[in-house]
Amino acid sequence: MVTFDNVTKSFSGHTVISDLSLEIPRGQFTVLIGPSGCGKTTSLKMINRLIEPSKGSIFVDGQNITKVSPVDLRRQIGYVIQQIGLFPNMTIEQNIEVVPRLLKWPKEKRHQRTRELLEMVGMDPKEYLGRYPSELSGGQQQRIGVLRALAVAPPLILMDEPFGALDPITRESLQDEVKKLQTSLGITVVFVTHDIDEAVKLADRIILMKDGEIVQNAPPETLLAHPANDYVREFIGKKRMKANYDVDLVREIMNPRVVTTTRDKGFAESINLMRKRNVDSLVVLDKEGRLEGVVTVENLRAVAGKQHIAQIGEVEMKSVPTISMNAQAREAFDTLITEKLPFLLVVDSKDRVKGLVSKTSLVKALAGVVWRDDEDDE
Amino acid sequence: MLELIQRAAVHLLISLSGVVLATVIGVVIGVILTRVPKLAGPVIGIVEVLQTIPSLAMLSILLVFFGLGNMTAVMAIFFYSLLPIVRNTYTGILALEPALLEAGRGMGMSSLQILFQVELPNAIPVIVSGLRISLITAYGIVTISVLVGGGGLGRYVYRGIQMADMAMLFTGAIPICLMAFLTDLLLNRLEQKLLHR
Repeated sequence: MVTFDNVTKSFSGHTVISDLSLEIPRGQFTVLIGPSGCGKTTSLKMINRLIEPSKGSIFVDGQNITKVSPVDLRRQIGYVIQQIGLFPNMTIEQNIEVVPRLLKWPKEKRHQRTRELLEMVGMDPKEYLGRYPSELSGGQQQRIGVLRALAVAPPLILMDEPFGALDPITRESLQDEVKKLQTSLGITVVFVTHDIDEAVKLADRIILMKDGEIVQNAPPETLLAHPANDYVREFIGKKRMKANYDVDLVREIMNPRVVTTTRDKGFAESINLMRKRNVDSLVVLDKEGRLEGVVTVENLRAVAGKQHIAQIGEVEMKSVPTISMNAQAREAFDTLITEKLPFLLVVDSKDRVKGLVSKTSLVKALAGVVWRDDEDDE
Repeated sequence: MLELIQRAAVHLLISLSGVVLATVIGVVIGVILTRVPKLAGPVIGIVEVLQTIPSLAMLSILLVFFGLGNMTAVMAIFFYSLLPIVRNTYTGILALEPALLEAGRGMGMSSLQILFQVELPNAIPVIVSGLRISLITAYGIVTISVLVGGGGLGRYVYRGIQMADMAMLFTGAIPICLMAFLTDLLLNRLEQKLLHR
């Protein structure tokens, strides 16, 4: 959708962007991120010619943007800025209709589109159309700022730290909204931020910049799991890498103290064991420690009156799902939750029972993440 | 009574002519200054000097060019009104949030569209404030312009002073005060209304 071809930008001898080549894919949410002065905003503003490159070319939709007049180019590209920039002299309706009016849309079409847009973000047109921006909260204003950029349904939208000045709760909800709109409308978004949480949440692709160069260009999962170098690692922060999924294995979070028994153990003895260890089921193993099944209190109760049963092996056993001790912890938790199981047995490669994973393990693992975060903050 | 109303109307008309002329030219100058900031210092300096000339001196000088009559008064008002209008247009536009201009540019407005749809509409409260000062000053100038053959309520005041006729004097002075008071009130209201939306 947008191509940077060996783009360099310098301001009075100082190079801000050096030889940047970049392909921003169509229909994706691309986030430019980096510390202040890394050139992310400059790169963004070169796309709609608010800043002209010193060297190199930029293509939007295959067309060299210097071949289009800046005014025409900008009317085809949505633009949202941090300071919102709604016009205080215009009503909400007039603000949203700025670009449609510039493009001389007929009144009917403009009005219909404006109403449609407001409804899309759950704002009642009757209530808001006639209001002035100063009568709206910051979050509502930026919501209008986003709608204004969407007014003529441009295929490409540029956003320059649009949520930077909003409070955290409003920011979260606007992020969700924008992401939803982007996916449902299938538009290409180029988004500048310095907030890695925001980037990870929104991006299909993160481009991490430093001193006018790209350090890493990857989907968020890859960036977090395989940072290109120490700079990236430092930028995304230790806590996020720890907290990231796919890091912990089942063996690290399982509870190794499983209450086990064998087939030849006595009936009464097993009941005693359960009582003593305060569990409602026993894991029955064979001589090699391999899983035979699980006997629960219910199974035992069902046969309680029948005197001829002396050994556990004679009681009906339940089969339970197992998981390899080298599987991802996340997988275990997913299974636990989606299948609504009380626990999962952890087995090694020879099917020997090594431990179990329950919802308690999930809570403990989460608590571990929280504690690690606390340590980082100190 | 009819004469009083006529004189008041003339008074208002002369004032408005000068101020409207100054507004048209002053706003243009103010806008040019925002586009060529280098000119701002010298140009505002010149209109400030105009403002410091005592009104009787200004009228005498203009008398040479425009002769006896209302035209001299209109021109005097024009020169006095330039400063508040040029300065308020200039500062009114410069004081706008840069974000508004960036938003306008980023959405594909041409620079004329930015001027007429963003800059001027949002600087209007400040420009109206300059207009208010100009108009009130103008009433005073019209009053003394009777000395250079101007019309308006100044005739009553002048004749009242010469004949030591208090009633005559107040016939002119009270309507002038009322006009000034009402102008201030109305334009102030307008300014607040423009600001508050």
